[in-house]
Amino acid sequence: MPTENFDVRYVAALVRLELTDEEASTYQQQLDKILDHMRRIDAIDVSGIEPTAHANPVFDVMREDEPGKSFSPETALRNAPKQRNDQFVVTKVVE
Amino acid sequence: MEIHSWSLKELQDHLRKGDLSPREAVEGLDAAVAERDPAVQAYLSRDLESALRLADEADVNLPLGGIPIAIKDVINVEGQPCTCSSKILEGAYLSPYNATAITKLRAAGAIPFGRTNMDEFAMGSSTENSGIQVTHNPWDPERIPGGSSGGSAAAVAADEAFAALGTDTGGSIRQPAALCGCVGLKPTYGRVSRYGLVAFASSLDQIGPITKTIEDSAMLLQAISGADPRDSTCLDKPVPDYTAALGKDLKGVRVGLPREYFAEGIDPQVKSAVEAAIEVLSSLGAEMVELSLPHTEPAIAVYYIIATAEASTNLARFDGVRYGHRTAAAEDLMTHYGRTRAEGFGPEVKRRIILGTYVLSSGYHDEYYLRAQKVRTLIREDFSKAFEKADVLLSPTSPTPAFRIGEKVDDPLQMYLADIFTIAANLAGICAISVPCGFANAESGITLPVGLQLLGPAFGEEALLRVAHAYEQATDWSSKKPPLAPAKSGA
Repeated sequence: MPTENFDVRYVAALVRLELTDEEASTYQQQLDKILDHMRRIDAIDVSGIEPTAHANPVFDVMREDEPGKSFSPETALRNAPKQRNDQFVVTKVVE
Repeated sequence: MEIHSWSLKELQDHLRKGDLSPREAVEGLDAAVAERDPAVQAYLSRDLESALRLADEADVNLPLGGIPIAIKDVINVEGQPCTCSSKILEGAYLSPYNATAITKLRAAGAIPFGRTNMDEFAMGSSTENSGIQVTHNPWDPERIPGGSSGGSAAAVAADEAFAALGTDTGGSIRQPAALCGCVGLKPTYGRVSRYGLVAFASSLDQIGPITKTIEDSAMLLQAISGADPRDSTCLDKPVPDYTAALGKDLKGVRVGLPREYFAEGIDPQVKSAVEAAIEVLSSLGAEMVELSLPHTEPAIAVYYIIATAEASTNLARFDGVRYGHRTAAAEDLMTHYGRTRAEGFGPEVKRRIILGTYVLSSGYHDEYYLRAQKVRTLIREDFSKAFEKADVLLSPTSPTPAFRIGEKVDDPLQMYLADIFTIAANLAGICAISVPCGFANAESGITLPVGLQLLGPAFGEEALLRVAHAYEQATDWSSKKPPLAPAKSGA
């Protein structure tokens, strides 16, 4: 039963989300209940059924590869919380 | 003149006759919002200055020339905030571009006016998940307006907007329209471009109109529909003249009644309002056909697996680097991400991205996500079969009228289960509309609107509008105004 292995803290780390202890315990409880409901689809026979990824499937939508207008560096950076020399500033990645 | 009580069509007629100018329309509307919105709290912001500037240059002969339209705060309008009702974007983002729906509205002469409240990132059914404010139902301020497009629906119902754009991922246009007593149309997936709509669940999201009348719905749908090279899922299908579908009789129209949509769990007053609507449609010449959509009950599980999976990947973009909130205290990258998102997202968004990540994670993907996609195929097939027997399907939009603020916030599963009648349309990619069909009596003196849902096959909007319009013309539910917006004339 996958639900029994649902560990809210492990999944929150995958999705890059810090949780307080209180949040972890509330969400664990609520999501256990929701996952339990979701497991109702186990009862449906889906053998031989193709999955639907899109409701009205279209494939290989092509367009001409023509250069168009794009944002200026100023426009692209206008919402950046931190920027320097026309670049986004990120938190230090390397030691 | 109480111009704010006009429909979009009435405003258009007055503008074209020259009774008032677009500037006067915007000013009149703004005055109504200033007076009413402290009680309703439908709007997050409005930029009067830019609306007036557009009004002064408006051409009233264009299809929506000079008409102000309220915009759900999840659709990008160049130079305006787009908060998605989230702390992660509030005060930290101005749109650098227009969504295609906005570009099309502008080309039709319309004026984007004001940004409406919503559940954060459109995740919710009550607008209580807004990270910014609580919107009140104009029919009873102690109740929710529905969601996620609750601000748009409340604004239209309270005569604080002539019409509004909403978005619908699992009922987020239709359910608030039903609970506030307006008309809400979810177009077919691929009818309206999603470019510039902040994505929640990309395979389910659609932009659509929330209006006072069916004619207004047709007019607004007309303006925003059509192919877009910037959205490859937006289909290159001709856009018919939607208003031409109005005014036709219902002789020979087959209306399907899905058995599963009339099962237990429906409020008795909602049920009797919908049954009365069936009588009206029959008397207009429509033929009722009983049929079955066998995968109705599992649709909720399928929806919450697929929608959260897509949301968890879509919301990965909120990382505190390119736009939006960024935590002040982060010495390393993982803390930067984890804390930025912890500070920026509200509880429902956190729950859903955790859930979505889980159903996509190694070892569970096949059990949940892939299986849900297969059941989605069965749901689509249910509808294909149903539309062999009927031109449109009929159901309640919501199993209950508006509930009380705070009533369901602690039990997300109960909130999800209330979406039972609306989510299947998104999974199947078909179109659907909610039309006012009566009232339920709550306690002394308070009446709450009830909505009738009509579902049509992919690109069957004309059939929906035809049936909905015939019903609207035969009844007078749409003319009823909530206590906040008395229907009186004169100054």
